Formats: sequence, structure tokens, C-alpha cells
Amino acid sequence: MITQALFRALDKKAIWIVAILLVVAIAVPLSNLMLPDGHPLRLPNYAVPLFGKYLTFAMLALALDLVWGYCGILSLGHGAFFAIGGYAMGMYLMRQIGTRGVYANPILPDFMVFLNWKELPWYWYGMDNFWIAMLMVVLVPGLLAFVFGFLAFRSRVTGVYLSIITQAMTYALLLAFFRNDMGFGGNNGLTDFKDILGQSISAPTTRAALFAASAIALALAVLACSMIVNSKLGKVMVAVRDAESRTRFLGYRVEYVKLFAFVVSAVIAGIAGALYVPQVGIINPSEFDPANSIEVVIWTAVGGRGTIVGPIIGGILVNVGKSYFTGAFPEYWLFALGALFVVVTLFMPKGIVGLIGQYHRATTKREQHERTDSAEAEAGIEPTNQPKPAE
Amino acid sequence: MNAIRLLRSIALFLVLTVGVATPANAQVADAELTPLVDALAPGNFKDREAAIGVLVTTGDQRVVQVLEVLLEGELYFDEASGKIVFTSEAGGKGTITDPVTSAELPDLTADGLDKVKVNNGLRRVLRTAIGQMTLLSEDPGVRLFAAQSILRDADPAQLELLDSAIAGETDAGIKRVMEQARAAIVLKTPDATIDEWQAAVPLVQAIGGRDALNTLTTALATAPDEVKPLIQTAIDGLARDRAVWDVAQNVWFGISLGSVLLLAAIGLAITFGVMGVINMAHGEMVMLGAYTTFVVQEVIRQNFPGLFDWSLAIALPLAFLVTGLIGIAIERGVIRFLYGRPLETLLATWGLSLIIQQAVQRIFTANIREVGNPTWMSGSFDLGGLAITWNRFYIVIFAMIVFVALLLVLKYTAIGLHMRAVTQNRRMASAMGIRTPLVDAMTFGLGSGIAGLAGVALSQIGNVSPNLGQGYIIDSFMVVVFGGVGNLWGTLVGALTLGVANKFIEPYFGAVLGKIIILVLIILFIQRRPRGLFALKGRSIEA
Repeated sequence: MITQALFRALDKKAIWIVAILLVVAIAVPLSNLMLPDGHPLRLPNYAVPLFGKYLTFAMLALALDLVWGYCGILSLGHGAFFAIGGYAMGMYLMRQIGTRGVYANPILPDFMVFLNWKELPWYWYGMDNFWIAMLMVVLVPGLLAFVFGFLAFRSRVTGVYLSIITQAMTYALLLAFFRNDMGFGGNNGLTDFKDILGQSISAPTTRAALFAASAIALALAVLACSMIVNSKLGKVMVAVRDAESRTRFLGYRVEYVKLFAFVVSAVIAGIAGALYVPQVGIINPSEFDPANSIEVVIWTAVGGRGTIVGPIIGGILVNVGKSYFTGAFPEYWLFALGALFVVVTLFMPKGIVGLIGQYHRATTKREQHERTDSAEAEAGIEPTNQPKPAE
Repeated sequence: MNAIRLLRSIALFLVLTVGVATPANAQVADAELTPLVDALAPGNFKDREAAIGVLVTTGDQRVVQVLEVLLEGELYFDEASGKIVFTSEAGGKGTITDPVTSAELPDLTADGLDKVKVNNGLRRVLRTAIGQMTLLSEDPGVRLFAAQSILRDADPAQLELLDSAIAGETDAGIKRVMEQARAAIVLKTPDATIDEWQAAVPLVQAIGGRDALNTLTTALATAPDEVKPLIQTAIDGLARDRAVWDVAQNVWFGISLGSVLLLAAIGLAITFGVMGVINMAHGEMVMLGAYTTFVVQEVIRQNFPGLFDWSLAIALPLAFLVTGLIGIAIERGVIRFLYGRPLETLLATWGLSLIIQQAVQRIFTANIREVGNPTWMSGSFDLGGLAITWNRFYIVIFAMIVFVALLLVLKYTAIGLHMRAVTQNRRMASAMGIRTPLVDAMTFGLGSGIAGLAGVALSQIGNVSPNLGQGYIIDSFMVVVFGGVGNLWGTLVGALTLGVANKFIEPYFGAVLGKIIILVLIILFIQRRPRGLFALKGRSIEA
């Protein structure tokens, strides 16, 4: 059954994406580590974590696409799951600092010593163990999404109402994490990381490994999403997106379908956050900013929602653009981003992938027309209407 | 500085009224008075004391003002001529005027001025002198004011003077204040007899408020043992009153916050109700309204300084027009292409909000701009135990006016009727011949215009910066989803409930945690009533 599901999941596009990601996962670290300095194909050291960051953003966009593109739930709070995953990883990395902190306290992170705390809060226990921390990366966003989604979907909060309460959720978390007595470093967040799994976090090998891990995690997420959307459940998700009431009247438990998508999506977002933090070296409450979560929506929209490859393209493209703009014309970045929102929603609702699809269809149609035209000329048959591909 | 200006204007007011209303009051000729006033400048503190003694004997109310300014340490004299002068601003700056004739003295410059020095001994003499001149004045208003100021300071040196004033007082109200002032002074003199203490405590308690509480608490330490229980009961009584007033104060703060939320959310509510569109750029409309006020004030400051008190009256219609037109432009340019796709509208308007914010930042820079309060909006007044600032007070009134006006527009105008029809059932309204696209544009313009009005109001209670709107947008959403759409009363109840709840939670958990609690409560509330407090009933809601 699993092989069957895998087989179904690996339709042609998904195979291509996974293959490309695996190639990247090997090629980028190789190019950075093996090639000598100055080699034209060598990736400079700074670029590795930068590209890794783009991959985690792509993963976040993919997670959002699963709920928005396939299930019609526009979450404006996905940044919260990303940030929570990041904080779980950050807590692990904080505990690894040990006595190398400014205050050299073997147990307490610096900011707690600074706040004059005497012992570790209960939720910090066990976070020095990598696997427990990784469990939390998956568990906490998943649990939050489960509780939130259960309450929201059960009482049929839909559409913009849902979008707004997800925004309220991430805003509440933003305010909460800003507080010093929450025990997450307040305003400054968690930073100054030293080691991950015993390896120095700034060493090129660790960075290369983190990049490979990001690429592989993204590939796995693509597999998982592809499996879900190509399964029967995936069809029901699309049905919920397109006609929620009708799906409910057909006998499907719409709320459970949505809940499933929401939780899986939150877990993927959490993992993305956990991979993001060691590559950028800091996690702070600004990741919870509602504006960040809305930005994720535009990555997905630019690439093309309702497709697997779309959000990955969008997440990478928009962020490469952001890096370029904020460096070259910092004052125009927000203009560009704002215009992107407007242009994408007005002119390319299906994103880049949709545009390619349109072009593709247009050319094939023309070819067919030409063919049928010549056939007509030969046999004098009326051209038949082509069945429209499902959208 | 404000207090000084206020005091000075009160003193000036008194001088004027006294001068006009009671001609029987001693009025010395300018030429006679001027040398007496100028005698304050030369010599040492002893000489000044003598000069004050002479001035008091004139009984001229202009002297009171001179003495009060001297008490503040803001009296100046011209070094060259030795002439005593007033300056319009503290620190010896601003326009220089003659204290006796109130005429401007353009020949003198601030550089040539020197401060008339006072020490503590002289200040005591001054207070007594002012007390004498005002407590025994023939004008009841002046006497009342004097009694109140003595009550505030409770300076034991004034006891004798007060006694003689009480003996001669005929007005019962003023007499009562004088007795209260006397009681407050008695409580400060530990060598008073038990009887005096016992008489004084209820009088002070009757003053009420935080000052009485402080006076009694201080007195408790020095009081003889016999009266301690009496004082303690008085303190307890006052503390109970205080607690009641604190609740009232919280309610007032809550209403004040609620009306700010109402202003920010009401425009959002009608666009959401009519069009099902969440306008993420709504906060930016508020911000543009605030910047309109800023621009209006700048223009007035540079060109027509006399109109400053009218700046808000000018800014209101302008802000409504500017933001309303931008709103209509947004609707025609972007939103009408996105009908039936509310989530896309949300994204597009968010994009617009980024562009507007950045554009304003380019034009006005990211610096915080301060918008001035017109004089009638600055300061505060007391209502029982409440201190209410005028700007907050007017904003509450303004919010209510906007609310009622909008209610009337919706109920009694053609466009209002059309808007309600489209809210209830768009297709049916369209079938009945209502031009829904026009209604949409008008609604969006109206909603944005109201946001602009909110911006004018908000500029009066905070600073203006390009991300002003961002601070209000999430709260406004909360109000709308809490109150429900399609019903303005829902918005009113939602805004006031959230405002008051916020202010009651705040003292216990702090501002940030209070806000988090409110957000969580709203999220939970939405589970119970997914369409808000006042949900529209009927088939139309299933969009």
C-alpha cells in the first residue's frame, strides 16, 4: 500500500522536483567544500547558509500551499508555526553553549542569568537533548495547530474570519514572546549559538551539512505533500476548497479534513523554522510579526498556489529578489513587494506556474489548430471542441 | 510649563475681571505703581521684602500677578534700566511686556534681562502677601481661588491670616473651603490640641480625593494617640471612595479606548459588511488622515497662525475628502476586479498598504511628527474623583457623533438604503435595479473617509508616523469580528466592550499580557459565535 501511495505520489513533476533537490543537496556542499578557492564554480562560504535559508522559506511556502492552495484555508499565521519550530531549535542550541556564555553558567542561558533567574523553567528541561528538541520542533507547532484548528474548524469559522483569527494568534504570540518573563529571551530572542550536535555552527562543513539537510527536508516535504494531494484525501481537500458546503452534504467530515491539512502544514512549517535558525544564527519575536506571515502568502501566490512546485519557485524567487532589492535599493523594496501583491492577485492568480501553464496550453492549442486546420482542408471536418483541462 | 502658563492666565483673568467688575477695589495709577514694582529689582532679599510690604499696601490686584510670577521665579528685570518686566515664555524668553500696563516693550531684548532672585524666606513672605491680598479681596472669586490655593499648599505660616479671613467671610461656600484649608494646616501642626485635631479630621475628609488621603496619611504619623482611630476611619473611608473612583476611572479609560477603536473600526465594518472585503489598507487611511492634519497645521503655522485653533475643523473635511477619494480610487482601480474573491482582496489591499506606507515615508520621512492640540483640547478637568483630559473627552464625543451620523446616513438616505440592501442580498438588490458597483465604490469611499476622520482624531492623542495605522489595524479587525458585520451597533458594542475589558484587565496583568488575554478570549469567542455578536440572520450570510 505504501509503495502504491509512493508510486502515485511520484507523478512526473514531483519526481523532477525531488531529483533536482537531491542533486542540489549534493552539488552545493561539494562545490563549496571540494573546489579550491577562486574556482569559477565554487560557491563562496556566505552563499551556502543564504541558499539554505531560501530553501527553508520555500518549505514554509509549500506548507502554506497545502492549506491554502489545496484546502482553501488562508492562514495569516503560518509564520507562528515556523517561529515556534525555530524557537525549539534555538532552545537546543542555547543549551549547547554551556559555560562558553558571557556569564559561564553551565545550565542557565545568559539572558536568564541576566534576569537573575535561579533555575531553568520547566519547559527548558530536556532541550539539551537533540532528539527531544527535534520532537518538540514537530510536536509543539502540530499541537498548537491541532488545538487551534479543532476549535476553529469545528465551529465552522471560515474565509476571512479564519484569516483574521490566525493573524490574531500570531500577533498574540508576538506580544507574548516579547515579554522577558516568558523565558525565551524577550526582545533579543535566542542567539550566539556555538555548536550543533558537537560541531561548530559556523564551520563550513556544518553549514554545508545544514544546507543538505534543508534540501533533503524540502524534498521529503514535497514527497509528503505530493502523496497527500494525490490521494483520495487530497481530492476531498480540493473539494472542500471549491465547495465546502457541498462536500459536507456529500457526507465528508469537512472539519477533520481541514484539521489534518492544517496540522501537517504546521509541522512542515515548524521543521522549516528549525532548519532556518541554525543557518541564520538567531531567532527573535519579530518572526511572529503578522506582516511576515502575510509575506509568506505572497511567496506562495507568486509561484502558483495549488501546485507543488509553485510555492518552492515563489519562495526562492521572492526572497532572492528581496536580498537583491534590500541590498541595491533598500527604499524601493516595500514598493516592489506591495506592487507584487497587487499585480499577482490582479493579473496572475495562478502565479508563475499558472503563466507557464497558460503559455503551454496556448502553444499546444495553436499547434492543434494548425493541425486540425490542415486536416480540415484535407477532409473538411468541423473542428471539435477540446475538453478543457481541469483547473 | 503648562501649569505656569495656566496659572498666569488665571491670574491675568482675575486681574481683568477684578479691575472691571469691582471699581471699588483699590486701583492705583500706573505712574504711581510702576516705581513701587520696580523697587523689587535692586538690593538684597531684605530690600525686596520691604518692597513687597509696600506693594501689598496698595491693594492693587495687578500686584498679585507680579508677586505670583516672582514666586515662580519667573520675574525678570532689565539690567540697564532696572525695570521689572514680564516675559511670555518661561526662562526669560518670548515677548517682553510691562507688568503694570501690560504693554509690549519692543526695545528690550531677552539678552539684557536678569532674573529677580528669590530664596525660601522670600517665598514665605510672598505666599503670605499674596494670601493677604487675595483672601481679603472683595471679589468672591478671588477669595475662593486664594482659599483653594492655600488648601493645596497647607502652609502653617498662613494660619493667622486664614483665621482672620474666616472671621470676616460671609459667603458660606468660600468659608467652608477656608475652614477645610485651616483644617489641613492644623493637621500639619503637631502641637494642636486634641479638640482641634478632632474638628479638623472630618473637614479634611470632606475634601476628598487623593490629596486629602495623603494629608491624613501624613498626619497619622504625627497625630496624638487619642485621635489616631478617628484618622484611621477617615482614611479607610477615603480609600473606599478612592476604590470606587478608580473603577470609574477604569471605565472612563475603557470608554476612551473603546471610542478610539470604534473610530478606527467603523469604516472597516461597513466595507466588510457591504462588500465582504477586508481592507488591509484601512489602517493606512487612518494614517493619511493624521498626516492631512499635520499638513493642515503646518500650513496654518506658516501662513495663518491665528487660525491654529481651527486647524482640526479645517482638517476634518479635508481628511475625509483625501482618504475618501483614495478609497474610491482603490476600489475602482483594484478591488472591483476581485469580487467574489475576498482572500485575494485581502492580499491586494495589503500590498497597497505597503506601498502607501512607503510612499508616505518617502514624502514625510520616517520621523515621528507631532501634531499640536488646539488650546481647547489641551489640559484636563476634574469630574468628582476623575481627571479627564480634554482631548480624550472630545474624542469620545467625536466618536459618538460619527457613529450617530453614520447611523442616520444608513437609515435615512438613498445611498444608505442601497448599502443596506446590498449588505443583505447583493443579487436581489441588483435585480431590483440598484447599481451595485456604484454602491460598492461609495461604500468604500465612505469607509475610507471615516478612517480619515479617525486619523484626525488619533493625531490628537499620539504621534504621527508612517506606521501609525499598523498599530490599529489588528485591533480594528478584532472589533469587527467580535461585533459582527452588517450592524453598526455590533461595532459599537464590540469596540466599547473590548476597550473597557482591556482597561480592567490591564491593572492586574500589565498592558501586554492584558492584550494577549483579550486576543485569546476573542479567538475563543469566535468559536462560540463564528459571525460575531450581532450576526446577520438569513440566507445571505452563506456567501
